[in-house]
Amino acid sequence: MSGGIVAHKLVVEKQDHSILDSLTFSVKPGVLTGLIGPSGAGKTTLMRTIVGLQIPSRGKLQVDGKVVGDKSLRSKIGYVTQSPAIYDDLTVEQNLLYFARLIQASKANVTSVIKVVDLTKQTKQLASTLSGGQRARVSLAIALLGDPDVLILDEPTVGLDPVLRHHLWGLFGALAKKGKTIIISSHVMDEAERCENVLLVRSGSLLWSDSRKKLLQETKTQSVEQAFLKLVGGKQ
Amino acid sequence: MIYHLSAVLATARRILRQLSHDHRSVALIFLVPVVLMSLLYWLYIDQEMVFDRIAPALLGIFPFTIMFLITSITTLRERTNGTFERVLVTPIAKLDIILGYTIAFGLLAIIQSLIASAVAIYLLDMNVAGPEWFVILIALCNALLGTALGIFLSAFARTEFQAVQFMPAFIFPQFLVCGLLLPLDQMPDLLQSIAYCLPLTYAVDALQRVATEVDISSESWRDIWVVLGFIVAAIVLGALTLKRRSK
Repeated sequence: MSGGIVAHKLVVEKQDHSILDSLTFSVKPGVLTGLIGPSGAGKTTLMRTIVGLQIPSRGKLQVDGKVVGDKSLRSKIGYVTQSPAIYDDLTVEQNLLYFARLIQASKANVTSVIKVVDLTKQTKQLASTLSGGQRARVSLAIALLGDPDVLILDEPTVGLDPVLRHHLWGLFGALAKKGKTIIISSHVMDEAERCENVLLVRSGSLLWSDSRKKLLQETKTQSVEQAFLKLVGGKQ
Repeated sequence: MIYHLSAVLATARRILRQLSHDHRSVALIFLVPVVLMSLLYWLYIDQEMVFDRIAPALLGIFPFTIMFLITSITTLRERTNGTFERVLVTPIAKLDIILGYTIAFGLLAIIQSLIASAVAIYLLDMNVAGPEWFVILIALCNALLGTALGIFLSAFARTEFQAVQFMPAFIFPQFLVCGLLLPLDQMPDLLQSIAYCLPLTYAVDALQRVATEVDISSESWRDIWVVLGFIVAAIVLGALTLKRRSK
């Protein structure tokens, strides 16, 4: 089990523009956490900062008790980028075998993650011939390789058919139950209904960081979308 | 150490697998130098002496140019489509990636140099005074130089269109002052000094020497070492241009 993610007054600035503005939150292992907000809210920047690709400008951010960017975290974090970063001129299996070698995962692990994302029939197919949803699943399969303690998934279910999306949310829930630390981002508010905890972000600021149930209780609303609108209204 | 070796080889294998699905690029790598040498032979079919003077130098320039183009675009594609970033969140070292690239394209460069040199020497009757293996060695060094410079310079392009522009910007000036069009000692002093700072000058000098000198001179070996130095420098600089974390 990982030690989760802790942020304290986290600030990220790019070219003197504030992208993330003093975020303080914690993500516990074993709790499915949604990072929800409209496009341009700073979700991808926050995820890139957590996986160590973006250097924070100020504040503190720790993953599993270690400062982000620590070398030891590289084998512990599975990351799905927003647009599937896979090799189009390799087959599904070849893509996975390459990343498996880099994180020292076994061939059996490759076969099992291909099965998990339901791409067994496409194993020998070139990634360039796959649909958008299938490519997104290859990207997700790469993140699942090596059974990482922390999963940072940037819009992993966008463009997928409802049946598969349901299946994957079930998988994310099961992984959380196993003690994994999972953050899943989405700009679709409905997806937040599947999360136990939510981080609501807008324009680089955090509107909410706690349980979804508590959010609905405190805002006296029926859905995360309504709660979001109420919180935004209260701030304006 | 074992991990790094495994990561380097996995990267090299992955690049070769990618290329094996791209038949046009493979054809470009292996056939274009041969076609160009044949064209040159045809052009000077009645002037054998001219062909023997120019062909060895071009045998080095063609692999250099082709490998430069292919590597710079392939590397740039990885930088822009996010796969480099994704690879960099794994434990792999930046130098592992660059070495993987160098090995994969280096292997292609070996095959390319062997084919182009064999065709020039045995089919097109290119006459060289020195040993033929030395011609192949220099052609190989040139192809590796193109590979290493392509990886390094791709860091300064944002689009494939910009990467292609590096050819007139970096390759053509080297071609003009490398000593093929005009001997170095007949150039203005400043151009001569600039030429001595560029790797292609040494590669072409070595090829011109092997074309006219029976024995391999110490100057020829110096040329090889200088080109190898440029290759190592470009590999190290290429690794430095890969940023694991951005500000």
